[in-house]
Amino acid sequence: MAAIIDIAPAHSSRPRKATSDSLFSRVLIIGTAVGFMGLMFVLPLVVIFQEAFRKGWEGFIEAFDDRATMHAIWLTLKVAAITVPLNTLFGLAAAWCVSRFQFRGKRFLTSLIELPLWVSPVIAGMVYVLLFGAQGLFGPALKEHGIKIIFALPGIVLSTIFVTFTFVARILAPQMEAQGQAEEEAAMTLGANGFQMFWRVTLPKIKWGLLYGIILCNARSMGEFGAVSVVSGHIRNKTNTVPLHIEVLYNEYQFVPAFAVASMLALLALVTLILKTLTTTRRGAA
Amino acid sequence: MNIATLKNCPPLLSRPRHILPGFKLSLGFTITYLSLIVLFPLSMLVWKATSGGWEHMFATLTQARVISSLKLSFGTAFAAALVNGVFGLLTAWALERYSFPGRRLLDAMVDLPFALPTAVAGIALVTLYAPNGWIGAWLAQHDIKAAYAPLGITIALTFVGFPFVVRTLQPVIADLSMDVEEAAACLGANRWQTLSRIVFPALLPSLLAGMTLAFGRAVGEYGSVVFISGNLPFKTEIAPLLITMRLEEYDYSGAATIGVVMLAASFTILVLSNLLANWSRKRTGR
Repeated sequence: MAAIIDIAPAHSSRPRKATSDSLFSRVLIIGTAVGFMGLMFVLPLVVIFQEAFRKGWEGFIEAFDDRATMHAIWLTLKVAAITVPLNTLFGLAAAWCVSRFQFRGKRFLTSLIELPLWVSPVIAGMVYVLLFGAQGLFGPALKEHGIKIIFALPGIVLSTIFVTFTFVARILAPQMEAQGQAEEEAAMTLGANGFQMFWRVTLPKIKWGLLYGIILCNARSMGEFGAVSVVSGHIRNKTNTVPLHIEVLYNEYQFVPAFAVASMLALLALVTLILKTLTTTRRGAA
Repeated sequence: MNIATLKNCPPLLSRPRHILPGFKLSLGFTITYLSLIVLFPLSMLVWKATSGGWEHMFATLTQARVISSLKLSFGTAFAAALVNGVFGLLTAWALERYSFPGRRLLDAMVDLPFALPTAVAGIALVTLYAPNGWIGAWLAQHDIKAAYAPLGITIALTFVGFPFVVRTLQPVIADLSMDVEEAAACLGANRWQTLSRIVFPALLPSLLAGMTLAFGRAVGEYGSVVFISGNLPFKTEIAPLLITMRLEEYDYSGAATIGVVMLAASFTILVLSNLLANWSRKRTGR
């Protein structure tokens, strides 16, 4: 033992490992990253809250004492309440078939599921105008029956579903792939039926990923602007969602109310990020 | 056991997959939902754009206003992707390779543009970069115009695209095997040579993939741009905004034609990012 201790390096400073960078470049790279993100991400967040509280708490609370604002909040809650369950159901189905079965065209299907993420939100709104608008494919037929989709709740919901289509599936599929299917197979072999297997085995396995998927889907559906802007028609007290209402307030130079409402959505985004961080370690797979 | 009998054994590695239920149900639901929400509406876009004939399409796309808006959208998205390439690479490297106080916080903040509604980001950015804003005032002293100019659009698009570069690179950096770097160092390479000749080529495909995704997200971006861009025709009018203008004028086929060009870009980006992912897998052997 003594011999081994004698061989230990004489100088106390540890030699730098071949795979680590010098202190100077480390500080430079970390500094650049922190500086860039501070400028691009933190500063805008600070501005939102600073502008929201420009007139103090009273000004902030006054912003919500407004019929149009309350209506917009109510409408946004309704849209999210319809969108999120539907896309969650779809995300579960899509993740299940993509992660548990091999079939021809699987990669093509996965790409198509990702497609809405890369389509401009404006296009996501426009396609429904082309379908259900006054001059759209089904426009005349809908008018005959007195059904309103564009410039009404159904259009807003449809375009929001389009925009938030991918999130739950995209988070669940890789997680389920990584976790494997041994437990599900065991459950089935031991005589569980499909529903029991899903409820008792799969759901507990994926619950954290599912939770994050739902929360992200919810944040995006409450915050969607471009797609909803095209289909809603901006009718105050009728079809203005929270983001559209923020635009109206901003364009009317009502900066404090605009930022006060915006700060609520920013808070929702921060909560989403915190929950993501908390669930990451429990989700296992990134 | 000789080779002949081994060949007759059922393959051990391919597990039977028919034990698990729900293939037909989940695939059926996935395809139906995908078709109803995404594929059928998008096909409407192509149908509407081509319904006026090729001459009409060509006439729309050669209008000076359309050309300048497409140029602006693609140009600023490209510039933003380049900026994100540089800072995204540095940030991903810092997050994966170094430990420093606040690393987890920084890591969580990367996803902010996913979670923050685009309209909220839009009004925050314009408040910062307007001539009387915190950064805008400083830039104005140096005769740089950010808000209501292409620079402002690029800043907004950098904001929305950043997470794609970082999140694409992070797992690849984490998976890089340190042996290669150690071998390079043992063979006498200095750190800079190791990084530029060994590490960077291994990361290049994913870096390009991340930049492609950031570009794809940025080209169609609407909400965070319309506030900061100023929306002057021929100068700061982006393509998605021009689509909404055409829709408001009930020029559906004109709007659809611009939309088809952007949709083609989305498809190209999807294919390109898949090819780059394959290339990356080949390079890193995973």
